[in-house]
Amino acid sequence: MYRLSGVSKRYRRGKQTIDALDGIDLTIDQGDKLVVQGPTGGGKSTLLQMLGGLDKPTAGSVELDGTDLAKLSEARLTKVRASTIGFVFQSWNLIPTLNARENVEAALVPLGVRAKERRRRAAGALESVGLGERLTHLPSELSGGQQQRVAIARAIVKEPKVLLADEPTGNLDEDMRDEIMAVLESLWRERGLTFVMVTHDSSIARKAPRLAVIRKGHIKVSENTRA
Amino acid sequence: MFFTYLRRELRRRRKAAVVVALGLALGIGLVITVASVSTGMRDAQDEVLHSLYGVGTDLTVTKEKAEAEEGGAKPQRFSIGGGADGEDTKRTDDNLMPLGGFENLDDSVVDQVRQQDGVAAAVGALALTDMQFKGEFKPGEIKQDQPEPGEKPKERRMFVGGGGADVDVDSFTVTGVDVTESGVGPLSSSKISGGSGFTASDTNALKAVVDSAYAKDKDLQVGDTVTIKGKKFEVSGIATADTGASVSNVYIPLKRAQDLADVDMKGKVSTVYVKADSSDDIGAVKSAIDKNVDGATVTSSADLAEQVSGNLSTASDLANNIGKWLSIAVLIAAFLVAGLLTMSAVSRRVREFGTLKAVGWRSGRVVRQVMGEAFVNGIIGGALGIALGVGGAWLVSTVAPTLTATTGGEQGGPGGGPGPIGKALRSANESVEIALHAPVTLDVIVLAVVLAAAGGIIAGCFGGWRAARLRPADALRRVE
Repeated sequence: MYRLSGVSKRYRRGKQTIDALDGIDLTIDQGDKLVVQGPTGGGKSTLLQMLGGLDKPTAGSVELDGTDLAKLSEARLTKVRASTIGFVFQSWNLIPTLNARENVEAALVPLGVRAKERRRRAAGALESVGLGERLTHLPSELSGGQQQRVAIARAIVKEPKVLLADEPTGNLDEDMRDEIMAVLESLWRERGLTFVMVTHDSSIARKAPRLAVIRKGHIKVSENTRA
Repeated sequence: MFFTYLRRELRRRRKAAVVVALGLALGIGLVITVASVSTGMRDAQDEVLHSLYGVGTDLTVTKEKAEAEEGGAKPQRFSIGGGADGEDTKRTDDNLMPLGGFENLDDSVVDQVRQQDGVAAAVGALALTDMQFKGEFKPGEIKQDQPEPGEKPKERRMFVGGGGADVDVDSFTVTGVDVTESGVGPLSSSKISGGSGFTASDTNALKAVVDSAYAKDKDLQVGDTVTIKGKKFEVSGIATADTGASVSNVYIPLKRAQDLADVDMKGKVSTVYVKADSSDDIGAVKSAIDKNVDGATVTSSADLAEQVSGNLSTASDLANNIGKWLSIAVLIAAFLVAGLLTMSAVSRRVREFGTLKAVGWRSGRVVRQVMGEAFVNGIIGGALGIALGVGGAWLVSTVAPTLTATTGGEQGGPGGGPGPIGKALRSANESVEIALHAPVTLDVIVLAVVLAAAGGIIAGCFGGWRAARLRPADALRRVE
């Protein structure tokens, strides 16, 4: 699925150069679940952006199903994001003026899905995360956990191959966290998604079958046979 | 999705949308009001020129009198016939004299002018003054000093005494017009409001058209007669000047005027009225006549417009200069404010647009969304602006300030003469009062819509440019 070879990402911040990623090699197979941990500023989110085609590496290649995302044009990358990759963000990133169903529909707009079909699929996706009764609620009318469910529905409505989650439980209390993790876990299992999640939460990391720890741009991957 | 998103966003950012729309509305409203007032000014000026010049007349040709001889210009003379001893002392005299100050032209000049390139029509007119004296002239008697009683006889002084006059003087202007051409000439600035005007067969008719103001003053009606140089002319029509002063009190056929004048005016005209093929040709026609007709003074409405002063002129300058630049300045400011506010709104929505790009929205789609919102803002501003502008124009029209156009001066200046222009220019401080109206034309509304759309698009470009440059990774990183 994913094959990262010698991936480096260097930022310039004023006169300072920051190596967010430094020659990372990583392979993620179809249907894998990888949890990424590490200190703040260690390069976790940068890795996720490389996997999601949101950013390009300074050096190295990020192959997704044999296609090097680093070499794709912005338009092609946008297409890949629209069709293959679902994102879940820590702050949910919902459009505040659109209701739950419209927020989910927004992910189908670039795929050219007709309005009626969009509405049907968006309602189905919300149903699958337990929000079938909240279709017309605005984000401001939903709790944090419900907003994150909407964000998850938006990520899965296009039936992506990959689900990338950047600290999806970071803003939630423990009960909500467990609820959201249960939803993500079941989606991963039921849909055979390739699931990569960045988290600070060690309790979540302990349950992951594969754990990657990133420090100062370097990665160390370990297998968890007990998970 | 596009319209739902657009509508909700505009509702969410109501305050910013209202500020942008009001800014654009102010600019567009000002443009409409100023444009309408300018149109009103132009109409008022046209009306003034029209009243002085006549519809259909683009140029007039006159001839200035040569320098006066030393000792000043000769005064006009008229005579009152005396009677022999013992005759009745009651007298009625009628003098029909050409207006002074300008030389008359041979009517061959009319043909000469007519033959110039770009001339559609040219007619001659002869302006005269009829001065009638009616009353009793009592001759004086030769008398001798009488000695006082007891006074020593001395040489007696002879003197004339006891004479005098009790005379009514009636003076009015008479213009001889070419009855074969009604579209151009001194009568073209008037409408026949009663009876009928001249026809081509009236060349030698004893028919007169009387100005309505003069007819009212003298209680003349169609079918009455006016006496000019002893000839009775039947009033066939009443002419009402479109605006302001009329050219003449009485109009009669040109040939009759030439025949009746006290001095030999046969084959003479005082003014040639010219109509050009098109308004674009006026300059060329003027040059051609200047060049080819000896001693001609050619005056166009533009020359006349330059001599129109008074608060109409001042207000017109104000509307055309300060008003125009003020509108442009406000409009530019409104566009800039709209653009900057849109950019700022995009900056506040970095996460939103970054997220949309992350889920697969192309930059073009995001830019379209921003442009759409700005465009609708512009249209709302345009609609408000049209309402404001129409309101402003309506207010001006309702208040309808009276503007005064003053023409001429003692010196007459170029283009003077016995015609309407001469009349306007010679009469110091002759004023025409016009009520200012500010018509909102379709052109102005179209201009407003175009400006509103332009304002929206410009604002959208600012915002769109900002949105297009957003990279999703940067947008999401900034949130962190």
